[in-house]
Amino acid sequence: MQQLGVDSIGIVLMISFFIGAVICIQMKMNIQSPWMPRFTTGYTTREILLLEFSSSIMCLILAGKVGSNIASELGTMRVTQQIDALEIMGVNSASFLILPKIMGLLTMIPVLVTFSMAAGFGGAYAISFAGILTPEDLTYGLQHSFKQWFVWMSIIKSFFFAYIISSVSAFYGYTVEGGSVEVGKASTDSVVHCSMLILFADIFLTKILS
Amino acid sequence: MIEIQSIKKSFEDREVLKNISARFDNGKTNLIIGQSGSGKTVLMKCIVGLLAPTSGKILYDGRDFVAMSKKEKALLRREMGMIFQSAALFDSMSVLENVMFPLDMFSSMTLKERTKRAQQCLDRVNLSEAQKKYPGEISGGMQKRVAIARAIALNPKYLFCDEPNSGLDPKTSLVIDALIHDITEEYQMTTIINTHDMNSVMGIGDSIIFIKEGRQEWKGDKTQVATSDNQALTDFIFASDLLKKARQAFI
Repeated sequence: MQQLGVDSIGIVLMISFFIGAVICIQMKMNIQSPWMPRFTTGYTTREILLLEFSSSIMCLILAGKVGSNIASELGTMRVTQQIDALEIMGVNSASFLILPKIMGLLTMIPVLVTFSMAAGFGGAYAISFAGILTPEDLTYGLQHSFKQWFVWMSIIKSFFFAYIISSVSAFYGYTVEGGSVEVGKASTDSVVHCSMLILFADIFLTKILS
Repeated sequence: MIEIQSIKKSFEDREVLKNISARFDNGKTNLIIGQSGSGKTVLMKCIVGLLAPTSGKILYDGRDFVAMSKKEKALLRREMGMIFQSAALFDSMSVLENVMFPLDMFSSMTLKERTKRAQQCLDRVNLSEAQKKYPGEISGGMQKRVAIARAIALNPKYLFCDEPNSGLDPKTSLVIDALIHDITEEYQMTTIINTHDMNSVMGIGDSIIFIKEGRQEWKGDKTQVATSDNQALTDFIFASDLLKKARQAFI
């Protein structure tokens, strides 16, 4: 949990803060016009952050960071015979090594998604204080027609994505055969397949939960 | 005692082990020797259950390992210790934690007792000063000694060593050999060692089987190696000019 989740808090906060700020600027520059209400920027920023960025895009980023970490760690354990050593001792290596990672990510990724939402809004506010739009307009936009369900939807989606990241990357790492080249390949494959599965799952989950 | 009866192992069409039978007595260091690719690692993997033999029996004190259920195999494995070619220490754990690991998993001892037992094992391999270090911080020879300490932590009945001297200098190899031999006698374990190190063969080979191309070519002990008239064995053991001369002088 420490290695996979807590150690990712920094990168999640940093990326979300800057992306929140950039979304706010883009909305202001490209969507806002004299014919649209002033809260549009805040409203669209909130919807993008809640509905897609903090859950799906953040999980794609975490698939790169955490997924490759899991695959390369398990792959290295396999090629250096550490997994064989566990088996010889009578330890169920799959359960011993993979289950804690799945449980850790299922616990931590929804927390990271919540942090991402907060940091994204923080970034948007930072831009509003820089004078691009007023904090009052942003606040009004963020609160306008707020649906609590969107937050829950993001968190529900993140559980599925957490399971995809942990199980797919663990599979690729655990089943490595060969040496360092194969470990590297497994790490890359795990990120590619996690990302594809997250994107497919996102389509179905969005359809089901909307 | 471990007995293997008519072990065969094939990978798709390729037969790697061809009808091997042998007996490995307890209190002795039993060596499996052969060239790289001769099938000795596959044989050891079959004996410890990392690979399933295509046919044949593996008997641990009369208990048929191949016919056992998964649960029975897991229980039997607690009586095994293994030293891998690469030592296979857990990188994320300190030396002491590595030795304590099997105790943490399977013993009902208190933390104090487990720590004491692990320290005893490290003392036995003369490594008590390195207990707080991590595997990446110690030499290859020390890693092998930690692996031995971990393997004996649960007082196993069976000890398996897959090329324990691989990558070590000759002097350290002798230390590892002596350690394995002494521990085998001390704990009266059934020890099986895979090796192609000639110092091990001549030094600790209480019982030796020689495998060539998946077939058992010769069996005997260290006193019979030099005088054996088996051409394949002498070609393998006394491969260098120096060893050939040494053999001639001995005979």
